[in-house]
Amino acid sequence: MSVVAPPLVRWMASVFALGILATTALGADRIRFNEQIRPLLSDRCFACHGPDGKRREADLRLDLRDHAVGDADGPLAIVPGSPDKSPLWERITSTDPDLQMPPASAKKPKFTPAELALIRRWIEEGAEYEGHWAFLPLKSTVPPSVALPTRNPIDAFVRAKLVAIGLAPSPPADRATLLRRVTLDLTGLLPSPEEVLAFVQDPHEDAYERVVDRLLASPQYGERWGRHWLDQARYADSSGYAIDAPRDMWPYRDWVIDALNRDLPFDQFTIEQLAGDLLPNATKSQVMATAFHRNTLINQEGGSDREQFRVEATMDRVNTTGAVWLGLTVGCAQCHTHKFDPITQREYYELLAFFNSAQDANDRGPAIEVRRGEVFGNPEVFPAEPTPLPKEELARLRAAWEQTTRERLAAVATTPVMTVWSPVKYGTLQTESKSGGFQRQDDNSLLYDRRGSGNERFLIELSTELPTVAAVRLRLLTHDDLPKGGPGTAGNGNFVLTDFTIRVSDQKQMIARAFADHEQPGFPIPSAIDGDATTGWAINVGPGSTARMNANHEATFVLAKPLLLNGRSMTVELAHGLNKNYLIGRFALDVTSTVPDERKPDDQALLAALQKPDAQRTKEELAALQAAFEKAEPRARPVKKEPNPHIAQLMVMRDQPEPRETYIFTRGDFTRPDKDAGKLSAGVLSAVAPALPDATSPRTRLDLARWLVHPDNPLTPRVTVNRIWMRYFGRGLVETEEDFGTQGTPPSHHELLDWLSREFQRQGWSQKRLHRLIVLSETYQQSSRERPELTERDPRNLLLARQQRLRLEAEITRDAALSASGLLNVVLGGPSVFPPQPDGVYAFTQVNKSWPTETGPQRFRRTLYTFYYRSAPYPLFTTFDAPDFQATCTRRLRSNTPLQALTMANDVVFLELAQGLALRLAIECPDGLDRRIARAVMLCFGRPATKVETQVLNDYVTAQVADFTKDPSAAEKLLTPALRAKLPAAEAASLVLLARTLFNADNFITRE
Amino acid sequence: MSPLEITLRDQTRRHFLGRCGLGLGSIALQSLLQDEGSAAPVRIDPANAMLPRQPPLSAKAKRVIYLFMAGGPSQLELFEDKPRLRELTGQAPPPSLLSGKRFAFLKGTETLLGNTRKFESYGECRMPLSELLPYHRQIVDDVCWLRGMTTDVFNHGPAKLFMNTGFQAPGRPSFGSWATYGLGSEARDLPGFVVLQSGPRGPRGGASLWSSGFLPTAFQGVPFRGQGDPILHLRSPDGLTRDRERRFHDAVTALNRDRFAQTHDPEILTRINAYETAFQMQASAPELMDLSQETAETLSSYGVESGKPSFARNCLLARRLIERGVRFVQLYHTNWDSHGGPGENLNADFEKVVHDVDQSSAALILDLKQRGLLDDTLVIWGGEFGRTPMGEVRATIGRDHHVDAFTLWLAGGGVKAGHIHGTTDELGFGPVEGKVHVHDLHATLLHLLGFDHEQLTYRIQGRDYRLTDVHGHVVSEILK
Repeated sequence: MSVVAPPLVRWMASVFALGILATTALGADRIRFNEQIRPLLSDRCFACHGPDGKRREADLRLDLRDHAVGDADGPLAIVPGSPDKSPLWERITSTDPDLQMPPASAKKPKFTPAELALIRRWIEEGAEYEGHWAFLPLKSTVPPSVALPTRNPIDAFVRAKLVAIGLAPSPPADRATLLRRVTLDLTGLLPSPEEVLAFVQDPHEDAYERVVDRLLASPQYGERWGRHWLDQARYADSSGYAIDAPRDMWPYRDWVIDALNRDLPFDQFTIEQLAGDLLPNATKSQVMATAFHRNTLINQEGGSDREQFRVEATMDRVNTTGAVWLGLTVGCAQCHTHKFDPITQREYYELLAFFNSAQDANDRGPAIEVRRGEVFGNPEVFPAEPTPLPKEELARLRAAWEQTTRERLAAVATTPVMTVWSPVKYGTLQTESKSGGFQRQDDNSLLYDRRGSGNERFLIELSTELPTVAAVRLRLLTHDDLPKGGPGTAGNGNFVLTDFTIRVSDQKQMIARAFADHEQPGFPIPSAIDGDATTGWAINVGPGSTARMNANHEATFVLAKPLLLNGRSMTVELAHGLNKNYLIGRFALDVTSTVPDERKPDDQALLAALQKPDAQRTKEELAALQAAFEKAEPRARPVKKEPNPHIAQLMVMRDQPEPRETYIFTRGDFTRPDKDAGKLSAGVLSAVAPALPDATSPRTRLDLARWLVHPDNPLTPRVTVNRIWMRYFGRGLVETEEDFGTQGTPPSHHELLDWLSREFQRQGWSQKRLHRLIVLSETYQQSSRERPELTERDPRNLLLARQQRLRLEAEITRDAALSASGLLNVVLGGPSVFPPQPDGVYAFTQVNKSWPTETGPQRFRRTLYTFYYRSAPYPLFTTFDAPDFQATCTRRLRSNTPLQALTMANDVVFLELAQGLALRLAIECPDGLDRRIARAVMLCFGRPATKVETQVLNDYVTAQVADFTKDPSAAEKLLTPALRAKLPAAEAASLVLLARTLFNADNFITRE
Repeated sequence: MSPLEITLRDQTRRHFLGRCGLGLGSIALQSLLQDEGSAAPVRIDPANAMLPRQPPLSAKAKRVIYLFMAGGPSQLELFEDKPRLRELTGQAPPPSLLSGKRFAFLKGTETLLGNTRKFESYGECRMPLSELLPYHRQIVDDVCWLRGMTTDVFNHGPAKLFMNTGFQAPGRPSFGSWATYGLGSEARDLPGFVVLQSGPRGPRGGASLWSSGFLPTAFQGVPFRGQGDPILHLRSPDGLTRDRERRFHDAVTALNRDRFAQTHDPEILTRINAYETAFQMQASAPELMDLSQETAETLSSYGVESGKPSFARNCLLARRLIERGVRFVQLYHTNWDSHGGPGENLNADFEKVVHDVDQSSAALILDLKQRGLLDDTLVIWGGEFGRTPMGEVRATIGRDHHVDAFTLWLAGGGVKAGHIHGTTDELGFGPVEGKVHVHDLHATLLHLLGFDHEQLTYRIQGRDYRLTDVHGHVVSEILK
């Protein structure tokens, strides 16, 4: 055999080989570089002889043919046709430790004999290279014609491979299983027994097609598939890191649901999320879409470096974009040129330049107001807000007020009423909890010892020698032992006095009015005599106020009519019902027999100000007057906007007018910009078509988005189609759906992937049409039963000779229970909700989280609406493998653990739904255990019970009824009032356990 | 799941089905993977991910107790006596020491702050300890003192992540997850990686500190709760006795067996196993938490007060957990963040937190030693960073976060006992010898557990990730 074949012979040989490839399914005669050789070289050689120039050894590149065969600079490694003359061959077969490749220091396995044989043959055949398959243009493939009749091209591709190795596809799944499968896949809910029956009995040929169209048109489709997209968008309801404060991103979630429901074409879906704000005449919806990249974390911890976390978020935007659309791990190039894929460090930072000018910098940044329902075209309407008074009217009121106030204060000032306060004699001093006490101070004040409860109630008995008491004065006094030296026991020295009451002989005495020298905004003194434990008097100071909180203060309580004590004592009660440990710390009580006048130290100052012409008043005086005026005239108060939880401030993307400069960061460290390498302008990956035209103006995110969905970009459609496929079969056609680079796995059905990708583009990037195409295939509709011959021949089911049983995602496990129980509330969108969760979830978080558990219908919303705190996720999510949303998640794991068993069996959420299902059974099947069991299985599994199941459940329930009849109090504990009203306790409780058993069966949380 | 794992699972199933027909034999699953040849660094059986595994290299430590001092304890008040710093108190730090440094809160005008605590050297290793650590004196010669620890990150959340996962942003697996990924766990009825917490609040960073990141969630730390049931949803609904629950589990299993007969999906067998383990866990977890089995002497040596959640109680639980085969126990205690503000001063507040941990940390070491467990149990004590030699002026004078030098100690599990590694300059700014970076610490800890830190990897998104990122050297000087 000649060492080098004449060019013509080689050319003919390759044409011949290609011909075979095209006409037979096997074509295994000639070595295929991409499938057989590249993975070997990539794994063992490219780390040191690949794209990364900094790590390259001996100046040798093996990832490019012209380098390997010596046509470019650097040493020659391969002589095409002649393995024995190729240094590469010598090195990889050498046993000399100084020569052998890969060297021991690389810690890579040596080539096996089989691998060596492949490499040898490949060199013999001419050492031809191919570009990496994923970067090559989409192939124009036609569905192969196969012996088996198929109507759907997908089946032609799949069957061709099966035929080639002599495997038959599986028979179709039975109709009930198919309906449950497609309903779960498209909507994430269970089919109702009526839907199952209708479908099973539907004789029409298009019965299944109509079901698919019904499901695709239902709003639950957007919720189901929206959730998959939200994983990639790393959507959550809090900002992450240590503080992890809540934020309003739910309108973005609703935008995704709505976009999918109206089947917004995927190219437009892409453009709006990455650059909706940059579109000409952008609509509000398009701007909302850009919240996609505002799902990055914000570190609100004190002392955080703003720039550090801005860069962190910007890099996350690059990495997420790379993973979601390109299926590439561009993040590897943050610190160095990618070791395996053609992404240089420079290109990484050119990509980063697209995102580097965003206005937000580890803060809320630009945000827009979005109302609940607005995304869906029906914004919630709220009661009209009070409109401010017209200016003239306000001026008139003000002038009138100034006049009357001036007169009143002047009159008071000239006719002073002297109030003489007498100290009281204290009797028994008690606290409600009986555990705290008081130390009497030399000045007749009382210092509370802070040993009682956090909402302690003080009961102070007192007596006086005065014959009558017209008013009681409460003086709050500072003390060094109190926090911040303040009169109160709160950390800042404050307190909240929720109620002040006076009793004589157990008779509550009416207090006519109260006034204080100082009031905290929102905590005025009248709140202490309104009998409402949720309002009170406190002494913190508002912004801009010159008053001091931690100083002595006083309040006067004027009785409706003077008390005639006749030697009786009176009891003053101080209640602190509002905040925990906001108690009065030191105080004294005095009494007077004259009715005191409400006169505050401020009044003198106010009068002085009122007596000046407006122009001469100081800033402080003007502020004091305005405050007094607003207090007297509610209509003059500025209209205060209460935060409305149904109106979100949605964070969106916006670039700052002056772009930031972008440099390569040495080793990815933002403090080390590589200024020598120069300022970078925005750019895309050169290895991925199409090339961007030369920029005439700075490139923007819009250019990037359009490049991603350019018809010549082969990655976006392949990656997207592959992920959609993965949801239906548990595995993508490219198994490493997150890595389409050279380290990823090659596609199992390359032609099918490319055909679907083209079809996706051809059908106007319609996701619904793609779903329809897939679920209508026979491949999708096959039975998922394992078959012995498949287990032997294709254990991983790569060739798709059957469907795959898949455990439901975290959200869908609960959604399934919600739909079976009949309690599901199908409302679409809106602020996130708080279903019950166990206590103690926040024991490990730095900042305690608010979790106002829903008590109404919101308790039964679909699980994707559950509020998600990144630092303390709802436990169900963590247990069932929902991601933590710290970064993009393109594929969830499916674990199978004891903690899942504990959750399904014992979580109050599921118990409540089991009770719901039990009640449903009691109502829908008034008599007969058999009927109830049949119905329950139908509701939970969407199919009739098997004989074994019926027997098992019957035995279980019967035994349980007998057991509970002997122990009725145990049965009672499992019941709700509604259930108790419906059935005898033993029977009802056993039905709850029947429902619980079904929820815990593998079948329930598995889509078959 | 990585392709490798999928392959393994499928191979497992094939073997399982081939050998055992369609019967139920969970024990047979255990041995399947041991004899499969593979180039993989770790072979796990996803059907039972926590099966115990032998590490590839010889291991000195079989399990880990990590006492995490959240907030960053001040080495200068505890382990580092710096007379020169005391002399220079009130003076500006030398500019050469500050150039290029970043701090969380310091404004640049702060002055040096010497400690006011009395120090004395103890034990054969003559380790200087502050008067605040009377109980630590008992263990000076059992401990390996690392005084030249350095880290890269100076905010709490990122620094804790860095100390736990080798990376400052969330999303990577924690050390405990890597350890259980590599080794599985001997505990059959308890999680392999348990987290306990004490102090006024949770550590900054929350669940991401014990997250399994991209590793399967089976390797995630399971936080035991301080009150009520230690594991979420451990308790059956009211009214259900153990007998009733047995009946319930039997019914569920019977349904699952029937489904297995219909579909032949081996995942169902895994679920049957999981339910049985859950049922056992309901009995074993309360038994674990029942400290009445401990002698009064033991309880008082740790300083456990009955019924009161505390670091001391958690230390004792840590011992009970590892006795039951749990691979990795991590305790978090807050709040060591001594900036000088309210609740965080270097006086009474600091004394309280030291007091919280001093006795029980020492008691744990002595107890493990006495029970013969210390030799193959690795104990780690330390925070995410140290405190600055400069004072930080808040309500009182405290110290800011310091990344360049701090102290952490190790004990048992193959580290030298009574050994001091590393010294810092006279002001305590940085190590002059024996510097140990977080990555080096991780490399060393993995080495003690029987792993080459460069080989314990997991491939995700095209890259082989490891605890030490692309760094780390084993600190051989501290190995026995």
